[in-house]
Amino acid sequence: MKGRTRFESIKEWLIERIIWICGVSSILFVFAIFFFVFREGSAFLFRGFKPVEFFTSIEWYPTSQSHVRYGALALILGTFSVTTLAMLIAIPFGLGAAIYISEFCSARVRETVKIIIELLAAIPSVVWGFIGLTIMNSLIIRLFHAPIGLTMLNGGIILALMSVPIVVSIGEDALKAVPDSYREAAIAMGCTRWQLVYRVLLPAARNGLLAAVLLGIGRGIGETMAVLMATGHSIRIPTSLLDPVRTLTATIAAELGEAAVHSDHYQVLFIIGILLFMITFIINLTADLIVKGIRKQ
Amino acid sequence: MFTATPLTLKNERSEKAARLVFLSMTLLMVIPLLLIILHLVAKAWPILSLDFLIKNPSHGMRAGGVFAPLLGTIYLVLFSLLIATPLGVMTAVYLNEYARDNALTRIIHLAVVNLAGVPSIVYALFGLGAFVLAAGIGRSVLAASLTLAIMTLPVIITSTKEALSSVPFAFREACWNVGATRWQTIRHVVLPNSINGILTGIILQVSRAAGETAPVMFTGAVFYKAIREGDFFAYGLLDQCMALSMHLFTISTQVPDVPDALPYGTAVVLLGTVLLVNAFAIILRVRLRSRKKW
Repeated sequence: MKGRTRFESIKEWLIERIIWICGVSSILFVFAIFFFVFREGSAFLFRGFKPVEFFTSIEWYPTSQSHVRYGALALILGTFSVTTLAMLIAIPFGLGAAIYISEFCSARVRETVKIIIELLAAIPSVVWGFIGLTIMNSLIIRLFHAPIGLTMLNGGIILALMSVPIVVSIGEDALKAVPDSYREAAIAMGCTRWQLVYRVLLPAARNGLLAAVLLGIGRGIGETMAVLMATGHSIRIPTSLLDPVRTLTATIAAELGEAAVHSDHYQVLFIIGILLFMITFIINLTADLIVKGIRKQ
Repeated sequence: MFTATPLTLKNERSEKAARLVFLSMTLLMVIPLLLIILHLVAKAWPILSLDFLIKNPSHGMRAGGVFAPLLGTIYLVLFSLLIATPLGVMTAVYLNEYARDNALTRIIHLAVVNLAGVPSIVYALFGLGAFVLAAGIGRSVLAASLTLAIMTLPVIITSTKEALSSVPFAFREACWNVGATRWQTIRHVVLPNSINGILTGIILQVSRAAGETAPVMFTGAVFYKAIREGDFFAYGLLDQCMALSMHLFTISTQVPDVPDALPYGTAVVLLGTVLLVNAFAIILRVRLRSRKKW
């Protein structure tokens, strides 16, 4: 056999190194994101930042002349309430649709519905925000006789529509992963399709469905433009569905442009960023571990 | 012969009810999508014309078209594509062709999953801190494209990896047996055989990058920038630019007294672009599935 030339083996070695570097670059990027966001906020984090005030006070007055306060409780509750509302809508509907396309419909209908859901997922968040601002706004005003339609309800519905695709696709994967022998056994015992879903598939696909829910929550917490435009943007603890709220993400988007670079206000916005990064990191990590756990079985 | 007992009748009823419930849940998500699109297009109809695409916004963004924002979005998408594609494809090649089942590989997987889950506004903070300030690029097309590239990397990695892993292992073995090196096998056999799947990933990246607002808002996109109409090379790499997504945000929330059709028109152009690009990816995938030789 003819040996390879020296040039070729060096080339091969070089290409493999480059591919390896690309491969590990993703790890680098995750660290870089954390590092740079942390770096911009760190000076204030260790100097004047009051964690107790941040987590327990609702007084967010970053530009006050006399007494600047950074209480983010209302923002945290805003994110929490809008995401919860969105999940209350998106989880039953998303899982219902996942069950329908995985168990109840023909292959042709399944492909069509999946394509439509894919298109639903492709709609940019700023367009969703615009829909909230216009269509949903006037709908809510008309239906509830509310003075303004930019409310928690509006943001929740918009966010639900945005999170549904991810719940459907991961949920469907989870149902598909249940072995057919389970289905056959259940049908052989005389189960109806509903009994099969309720008694066999849902328990068997429990973990995958949980991962779908978690990823939906992650999406909801991180969403920015849609909630910025649709929720009315007022800092308060919401007491009803028709109250306007403001989320952590929307606060960063709305105020970063106005805060002077490296001012305290600017750094607090980066600290909120670190908080968001850590929340979504934990959610994604958990969802990934759950999915891995299923594959091992 | 079987006769329907009360039990089977009850079962049939519950079966029908369950089917109906799940069907209506599905329809409740599908129908709003169609209604929303119809509504947007109907509202935007009076303004939609070629003129809308080739005219700059004018009169304090209360008239004119979307040429400058549209061109800005094209720039951002192209440059982020140029950065993300080689990086993403190579990462997928590493994960699928070289990586062993060890701790490093698991960490890379985890990193990719997390990159996909980081909120877009955190990417905006990262882009601002890393590219605009630390690297000293300033707010520019380049800084915004870099941010978008890292943000959309997981899309390309995931779909490329799927495409690579669908190439049968026997193809590789055959290649190695005739004396090809690992890289030669990848270059001449694995990549050509998965090109459609990789293209699908790239197209999805384009659609994602075109629609993003938050990450470009603080890294390179500006409210307004005048450029020459019809000049396709109007932005430099280190210039700031307008972007369609941010333009929609601006004229629908920041500028008072904008005529109704203008934001609707902008929304339809943005939505149309993204959905067309996605439809293209879907068609490519369907054709790829029907054509598969193995």
